[in-house]
Amino acid sequence: MPTASLVTFFILATIAVISAIMVVANVNPVRSALSLVVTFLTVAALYITLEAQFIAAVQIIVYAGAIMVLFLFVIMLLNLSAPGAIKEKGKLQPRVALALSGVFILVLSPLFTLPGDPRAAQNLGTVRTIGLFLYNPTLPWLFPFEVTSILLLVAVIGAIVMAKRRI
Amino acid sequence: MVPTSYYLVLAGILFTIGVLGVLVKRNPIVIFMCIELMLNAANLTFVALGKHFGQVNGQMYVIFALAVAAAEVSVGLGIIVAIFRSKETINIDEVNLMKF
Repeated sequence: MPTASLVTFFILATIAVISAIMVVANVNPVRSALSLVVTFLTVAALYITLEAQFIAAVQIIVYAGAIMVLFLFVIMLLNLSAPGAIKEKGKLQPRVALALSGVFILVLSPLFTLPGDPRAAQNLGTVRTIGLFLYNPTLPWLFPFEVTSILLLVAVIGAIVMAKRRI
Repeated sequence: MVPTSYYLVLAGILFTIGVLGVLVKRNPIVIFMCIELMLNAANLTFVALGKHFGQVNGQMYVIFALAVAAAEVSVGLGIIVAIFRSKETINIDEVNLMKF
């Protein structure tokens, strides 16, 4: 008898896989972007089933909010959504890619089994726990967090340099 | 209680779909979307394994991966816009400046 959590997982997993396939299968990039939003939202729901509430919220804000708006903005800006804007290749390449993907998932398959039983832990994904771990100077997460700010600064400068007509 | 290996299988499938998209598509924006899909699959693995071992470390890695993904997308889409402005196309078969 399947439990409720198992049923929830399978519903979410089915939606995630179907919308991920739609991302690749759609010819229109706007539709690909909208399918990708559905994938991001289902992955956020899966994070909630894994008791990672903060990561789920951040996933929705950053991916479904910021990154997808950026994608749609660029698609509209370059007017690539018109049919036939970019011709796809013939029949051979998708078939070879499909076969190679099958080989790839076979290579991955030994990693799917885990030794041991899951350990119980409480309040793993709350904002309080994550903040206590992230900003604790005795743990190794504070320095990478500061380096991340430099990374974002570099990204800002890089985006400005790319957008300028002449440097 | 869902076994952790189910999440790993799902993440593997999502990652493979992303790889397939990178191999097949000709539109660099859709290729970027597939890269985001692969990053999401990796993040899902991190969170699932963090839950399995009862540690917060997995979620820490996801936070940094999110920051890297945001930076990568902003710079990458800037590059795409710059290429489109100079070459009037972004079909990756025609944009082959770095191919020798």
